[in-house]
Amino acid sequence: MNPLKLTRARPGAPFTVTFDGREIEALPGQTIAAALWASGVTAWRTTRGEGRARGVFCGIGVCFDCLVTVDGRPGQRACLVAAVPGADVRTQVGTGHEGAGHEGTGHDD
Amino acid sequence: MTEHRPVLAVIGAGPAGLAGALAAAARGVRVVLIDSATEAGGQFYRQPAKGLGARRPQALHHQWRTWERLRAGLDTHLAAGRITHLSDRHVWCVERKSSGFSVHALIGPEQEESVAVRADGVLLATGGYEKVLPFSGWTLPGVVTAGGAQALLKGGLVLPGRTAVVAGTGPLLLPVATGLAAAGAQVVALVESAGPRDFTRRARTWAGAPAKLAEGAVCAAQLLRQRVSVMTRHVVVEAHGTERLEAVTVAALDSEGRPAPGTQRRIACDTLAVGHGLLPHTDLAEGLGCRLDGPSVRVDDEQRTDVPGVWAAGEATGIGGSALSLAEGHIAGRSAAARLTDTVPDPREWAPAARARTRLRSFFAALDAAYAARPVRWTEQVTDETVVCRCEEVTAGAVREAVGALGAGDLRTVKLLTRAGMGWCQGRMCEPGVAGVAGCTLTPARRLLARPVPLGVLAAPADPTAPQ
Ligand SMILES: Cc1cc2nc3c(=O)[nH]c(=O)nc-3n(C[C@H](O)[C@H](O)[C@H](O)COP(=O)(O)OP(=O)(O)OC[C@H]3O[C@@H](n4cnc5c(N)ncnc54)[C@H](O)[C@@H]3O)c2cc1C
Ligand code: FES
Repeated sequence: MNPLKLTRARPGAPFTVTFDGREIEALPGQTIAAALWASGVTAWRTTRGEGRARGVFCGIGVCFDCLVTVDGRPGQRACLVAAVPGADVRTQVGTGHEGAGHEGTGHDD
Repeated sequence: MTEHRPVLAVIGAGPAGLAGALAAAARGVRVVLIDSATEAGGQFYRQPAKGLGARRPQALHHQWRTWERLRAGLDTHLAAGRITHLSDRHVWCVERKSSGFSVHALIGPEQEESVAVRADGVLLATGGYEKVLPFSGWTLPGVVTAGGAQALLKGGLVLPGRTAVVAGTGPLLLPVATGLAAAGAQVVALVESAGPRDFTRRARTWAGAPAKLAEGAVCAAQLLRQRVSVMTRHVVVEAHGTERLEAVTVAALDSEGRPAPGTQRRIACDTLAVGHGLLPHTDLAEGLGCRLDGPSVRVDDEQRTDVPGVWAAGEATGIGGSALSLAEGHIAGRSAAARLTDTVPDPREWAPAARARTRLRSFFAALDAAYAARPVRWTEQVTDETVVCRCEEVTAGAVREAVGALGAGDLRTVKLLTRAGMGWCQGRMCEPGVAGVAGCTLTPARRLLARPVPLGVLAAPADPTAPQ
């Protein structure tokens, strides 16, 4: 049994995205996190301080552990962003902006 | 020219928000339903993405009939133009104006552009998120929240891993374990820190909520059938692996709530789905100045907050499951419809929902008490090297130093000294863990913005529009 079989899914045609240059298959509607997990990838970011591997944690957009660089734009939450054909997904190192100034994201303190 | 109908902005399209939207729309109010997800349903009724073409999504769900009724009601009101559903909109701020409210939302997952919606009243139905207490190895890829595992499964139809351990405490662990097992994961253990006696002792209380009990019993029977080993009064003390999760160590708890010597066992797995209960999403309510009761938004019998024109329902007002969320949402929608059309609401009209609310609230209070009957001394297990704040990589040692050598006495000072809680998630994930390790009380963080907002959006907020 797998989830697709269990729900008798007839997904639209699979397509590929690249993850760090290698091709990965995704199904229409899946988030980048779901597509990466489905192909056995569990980590797609390294932390700013210790350089530790991280991937999805909360799965619903709250924890920001799943940040990834998509088509050159860092800081995307893989658990929210849908995979689209040809997307260029890359492991995000630190903020993904290293050496490129600040992040342009406002925090309240 | 059409008559002016009041507009209720409902934030959150889970059970509470949907019930509220349907009740209000049926009583002459225009509803704008705003939700960050692509599909309505919230956490409980999270739908598989359309492109996956699931013909039997109910295989992963409970109470599908209720969902079908909600869905049909929503479709009818959408077609009639009484409800507008703005999906993929992340509300970052609700602003009080001299007349009504402006609801500001970022568009799409990228969240770089903002729109604003004008409304006469607001129903906050923002649900909750999972609480996870820190332990050694909890940041390893392969460790996910129990709800997150459920979200990947229900929404993306993927299994997080092949061999899973489900651990922590609370009623959510049961459906997560059965869901993973039904979908083909090998669930090698369900590790629950509460003990079975804490439940059997309260047998009389459970008689009040048969439906909820039945759901739990069904889950338990499925677990038995699937030969999942259920370990009560056990905890995961450590997750092992270098680049990703490879195994966990579990231990039995002694009567003091400490891992008992000699009971440690290593279990190989590639996924750990872990959760220690849920916390209400209250940022929007806090931004509006609504009073909280502990971690939840305070509401009266009509589900009104203490800010005029603002209602709240569902898990934002206290964790209690989908049936309670439905009842509260229904009451909020009816109350809002009456008050926004300058009518005095008649509570007798929603008496059945109010009775369900009373019954379910006391059921969940009893459930909470059963789960919390015998405390776990988890802070003692958190080693100094354990990262407690995931975003800023602050260790338990640093938090202890802030409290000990530097004399921090409250969560805010700990935060300023260590940066714990200052990262991307703004403390949503680490607050309970940091507070526990620091020995401080958990005070609500008062986040002014519910989401990180691009500076450009803050500099030039969008003008509100009335719904089309
Ligand atoms: C990840 C997760 C998975 C869960 N899975 C289950 C399960 O499988 N079985 C079960 O019995 N219980 C589950 N629960 C418990 C569940 O929360 C409740 O049973 C029920 O869904 C609560 O209903 P609600 O309407 O209060 O909130 P929810 O269903 O959580 O709905 C809230 C909605 O508000 C939206 N929202 C929140 N903040 C904003 C914002 N700022 N802007 C826009 N939209 C916003 C969210 O995207 C969500 O769609 C889960 C909880 C979580 C956190
Ligand atoms: S996994 Fe938590 S934000 Fe994506």
